[in-house]
Amino acid sequence: MAANYNAEPILKVEHMSQHFKINSAFTVKAVDDVSFEIYPGETYGLVGESGSGKTTIGRGIIRLYDPTGGKITFKGADITGRLNRETSQLLRTKMQMIFQDPMASLNPRKKIGDIIGEGLDIHHMYRTKEERKEHIDGILKKVGLAVEHYDRYPYQFSGGQRQRVGIARALIMNPELIIADECISALDVSIQAQVVNLMKDIQEETGTAYLFIAHDLSMVKYISDRIGVLHLGKMLETGTTDEIFSRPLHPYTKSLLSAIPSPNPRVEKARTAVEYDYETSGIDYGKGSLTLVEGTHYVHGTAEEVRKWTSESAG
Amino acid sequence: MADKILEINNLDITFSTTAGPVHAIRGVNIDLERGETVAVVGESGSGKSVVMKTVMGILAGNAAINRGEILFRYKQDNGETVEVDILKKDKKWIRKNINGRRIAMIFQDPMTSLDPTMTIGKQLMEGMIMHLGITRQEAAERAVRLLEEVGITEPGRRMKQYPHQLSGGMRQRIVIAMAISCNPDLLICDEPTTALDVTIQARILELIKKLQAVHGISVIYITHDLGVVAKVADYVNVMYAGKIVEVGNIEEIFYEPKHPYTWGLLSAMPDLETDDARLYTIPGSPPNLLHEVKGDAFAPRNRYALKIDSIAEPPMFQITKTHFAATWLLDPRAPKVEMPEELKKRVARMLKEADRNGGQL
Amino acid sequence: MSKERTSAVPAAPAYVPTDADFAFDTTIDITTDRNYASQGFWKGVFMRFFKSVRAVIGLVIIGIIIILALIGPHMNSYGYSDIQSVTDPETGKEVTARSMPPHVPWLHKLTTGESYDDPFAEETFLFGTDSMGRDLWTRVWYGARVSLLIAFVTIFIDMIIGMSFGLISGFFGGVADAVMQRFVEVANSIPRLVIVGVLATFMPKGIVLVIVALLLTEWIGMSKIARAEMLKIKGQEYIMASRTLGAGNWRIIFIDILPNTIGPIITQMMFSIPTAIFTEAFLSFVGVGIMLPQCSVGSLIEDGFNNITTLPYQIVPPILVLAFLMLAFNFVGDGLREALAPRIEDM
Repeated sequence: MAANYNAEPILKVEHMSQHFKINSAFTVKAVDDVSFEIYPGETYGLVGESGSGKTTIGRGIIRLYDPTGGKITFKGADITGRLNRETSQLLRTKMQMIFQDPMASLNPRKKIGDIIGEGLDIHHMYRTKEERKEHIDGILKKVGLAVEHYDRYPYQFSGGQRQRVGIARALIMNPELIIADECISALDVSIQAQVVNLMKDIQEETGTAYLFIAHDLSMVKYISDRIGVLHLGKMLETGTTDEIFSRPLHPYTKSLLSAIPSPNPRVEKARTAVEYDYETSGIDYGKGSLTLVEGTHYVHGTAEEVRKWTSESAG
Repeated sequence: MADKILEINNLDITFSTTAGPVHAIRGVNIDLERGETVAVVGESGSGKSVVMKTVMGILAGNAAINRGEILFRYKQDNGETVEVDILKKDKKWIRKNINGRRIAMIFQDPMTSLDPTMTIGKQLMEGMIMHLGITRQEAAERAVRLLEEVGITEPGRRMKQYPHQLSGGMRQRIVIAMAISCNPDLLICDEPTTALDVTIQARILELIKKLQAVHGISVIYITHDLGVVAKVADYVNVMYAGKIVEVGNIEEIFYEPKHPYTWGLLSAMPDLETDDARLYTIPGSPPNLLHEVKGDAFAPRNRYALKIDSIAEPPMFQITKTHFAATWLLDPRAPKVEMPEELKKRVARMLKEADRNGGQL
Repeated sequence: MSKERTSAVPAAPAYVPTDADFAFDTTIDITTDRNYASQGFWKGVFMRFFKSVRAVIGLVIIGIIIILALIGPHMNSYGYSDIQSVTDPETGKEVTARSMPPHVPWLHKLTTGESYDDPFAEETFLFGTDSMGRDLWTRVWYGARVSLLIAFVTIFIDMIIGMSFGLISGFFGGVADAVMQRFVEVANSIPRLVIVGVLATFMPKGIVLVIVALLLTEWIGMSKIARAEMLKIKGQEYIMASRTLGAGNWRIIFIDILPNTIGPIITQMMFSIPTAIFTEAFLSFVGVGIMLPQCSVGSLIEDGFNNITTLPYQIVPPILVLAFLMLAFNFVGDGLREALAPRIEDM
C-alpha cells in the first residue's frame, strides 16, 4: 500500500519546540519551531547528527516528553497537553515506537513472548490465554523468529534478533504510525538491510506510516518517501526523497549527502566529503525561515540565502 | 619482494565461558605486507576483534589458543629485522616491546583510550617518554607537532585541555595522534568511525590514509561497514563465524565476489542508485559458536546451500593468484551458481560509474 | 597489486565428497531464524557464584551454622535453660554443674586413660557449662537460632519497607523524592543508640525491642539501593517502551522494574544480615537485648565476657559463631555481587 497524500495527514506537527532548562540562566533549545506532516502509509525520514534534536522530536510526539510548545495532532486528535482517556488510548495503541538500542530496549527479566505481549496485557486485548499465545506466535513468525523463541530471554539473542522483537512488540498493536528512533544504527550493515526489508514488508501489508529517524542518509533514502533534515534543533530542509537527493540546497544537506559511503572502491577512494561547520558557515539559523522552493521542497534560510542556493543548484 | 610485516597462520582460539567452550576462531590466516592496508570484514560475533586482540596480546583470560602462530616482523632501532611469534611471548614482554611501540590500536570509542582525568598533552607525552626514552621537553615539542599533523587547531591550548572538553571527532584525532606518536609499524583500527557523526567519518578515514602514506605504516581495519572498506583497503578478508571465508584484493571482492556471504554483505548496502523494492540480504543471524560447527557454518543462511555443506567444511578454493573463497559452490562438481541478478546489475552500474568519474585505484 | 598469497593454502578435507553431495540442499529453511544462546541468566549466575571459592566457603559455613542451630539443642537431653545438677550419692547434697570446662568423658579417657571422678562422670558438656550450670553447647546453638531468626525476620521486613520506599521515591522523583529523601536523611542521622535509648524508656527490654530497633534503622540501606536501582532503570529504553504501550505507574514499578532490582537487593540483604546479627549481639551485650533465661549469641558473649579472666573457655564458642556468621555472609554477599554483575562474556 503506497502513501496516500489525498487523505488527511495521520500526524501533524506544528511549531513544536522542546526546551530543557539547565539552570535559571541557561536553556537548551533541543527542538525549535519544527513543523511537518506524515500521511497514512507514508515513510517520513528525519535525519540529523547527534544533538540535532531528532530523538527529542520522536519522544515528544509519542509523549515520553511533554513538548514545551506547539501542537501535535494524531488522527485528528490533539495529543498535546493533558490527555483524556480516549486520546490516551488512541495514542498508546495506534502510535508505537521502535527503539535505538537493541540491548536496552527489551526488559532483561522478561520472556520474549511476554515482551511482545505486553501491549495485549495492558489493553486487555484477548479473551483466553490460547488466543494471546496464538497472536504472539503469529507475530513472531511474521518478524522471522521461531515460535520456540517465546520462552527465551533477551540476552540469548543477537542484536538483529532483538530488534525484530522490538518491531514485533510495536506491531502487535496494529499501529497506524510507528516511530523508528535510530532503530538500525546499532546494527551491522548486513542486519540493517534485513530490518529495513522487514519494515517495508510490514508497511506493504498493514499500511502503517513510519517516522524513520536516522543519522545518515543511506538507508533513509532507501526507505523514505519524504525526508526532513534537522540540525541544531531546526528543520533545515524538507521535501520528497527525490527532491532532496537530486537537488539538495542547504549546505548542511549537501555535506550529509557527500558523507554517504559507496560500496564502490574506485569511486569511494576518490571521494572527499564536503565539510560543514555551522560556526564558520556564516549562516544564522535564527534569522531565516522555512521557504518553499518548488513542489513540496522547503529550505530554511533568509530570502537572500535561498536565492543564492537555488541559483547555484540551477546552474 | 614479499615483505610481510604480519602473518597470522592457522589461528585457533576457544573461550571457556560458563555456558561451555566457545570455539570463536577456527583457523584464521591473514597476511599483511609492509605499507598496505588490509580490512577484516564481518558481522559482530564473527571473531574479527578477537583476532586483533590476540595480535595485541590483550586477549581475555578465559581464552585458550589451541593452534597457530602470529609472526610479526619489525626493524629494530639498529636496523636489524626481527621476527617474533607474538603467541610465544608473555604479556609483559608484549606490553613493553610491542603495544603502543610497534603496534598501535585505535578503538571505536575514543574515550576507551583516553584517561578523563589527564590532560591531552600529558597523555600524548607519556607514551613517547616511556617507549622512546626522550626528555619531557622533546616529548612536548613532538606532541604539538603531532596534534598539528592530525589537524587539530591551536595545539598549544589543546595540550592543556581534558578529553571531555573536546568533540567526538576531535577526541578520535587525539587518539590517532597517540597511536602514531611512537612511529609504530602497524596500526590496527577497530571500527574507528562507527561512533562518530557521518560528516566526520570520512575525514577521519582520510586522515588515517594520509598518515599511513607519510609514515609508511601498515594498517588493519576491522569493520562491518563495506563503505569504509571500499575507501581504505587494498586487500579484504571476509570473516564469518571465526573463519576467513573469502580473501582477495579490493577489486576482486567488490566486483567479482565468489562467496554467497560476500554477495549478501555487498547487496545489503544500498548504493544511491538502488531502486529495487527490496535489498537482497542475508537472512537469519550468525551462528552461536557454543555449538561446534559441522560443515559450512554459513549453510543455514545460504540460499544456495548444497547437501555437502552440512557434511564437510569447504576448503579454500583458489580463483586467482590473490583471490580465495571457502565455498563448495566453487567445486567443479557443484551446480553453476552466479551471483544474484541484483548484485550483477549493481556491479555493472558501479563499474560504469567508476568509468564515468574516471576513478582509478 | 597482485602479490601472491601463500598462507591461504587449501586444507584437504577429511571427507571425500561424492557427486551426489553437490545438489542443492532443499531441507534448509532460511526464512525462520532459530538461533539463540542456550544458557539462561540464573544458570550463569549460579555457575559464576559457585566458581568463587570464598562464596562457596561462606555458603558452607552458613549452612553448617544453620543446621547446628536447628539440631544442636536437640543433640542432648539438656534444655537451654536447664540447670544441670545431680544428687551426690555420698553426701546426699544437690551438686550443680557450675562453670565446668568442656567435659567429654570418652575424650578424657582417651587422653588420660582415666574416667572423670566428678559427679558428672558420664555427662558430656562439649563446650562446658556456664556459671549457672547450664550446658553451653545447647545454649550456643539455641542462641544462634535466636540471633539468626531475629536477623532474617527483621531484614525481610526491612527489605519490604525499604524497597517500597526507595522504588517509589526514585520513580516519582521531584517533590515526592525530595521530601522522602529528607526524611531518610533525618532518620539516618539519628544514632542507633539514641533510638534504642528512647525505645528502652517505654518498652520492656528484650527480643521485641531488638526487632523494633533493627526495623527502624536497617531499612534505610535497602531504600537507598532500591532508589539507586530505580533511577538507573527508569530511564532505560525498555521502560520507555512500556510507557509507549500505555503501562501505568504501578505496572511499571512492580512488574517492569522490580524484578530487575532483585539481584542488588539480595546482595544488600546478605550484607545487612551480619549487621543485624551484630547489632542484636551488641544490644544484648549492653544489656537491653535478650533477657535471661533466654539467650542469643550476644548475651552469651556478655556472660562469657564477665568471666573472661577466670573462665575464658566460656566466651570462645559464641564469639566464634558470631565471627563465622559475619564473615560467611559477607563472603556470600561478595560472591553474589560478582556473579550478578552485568557482563558480556569476555571474548
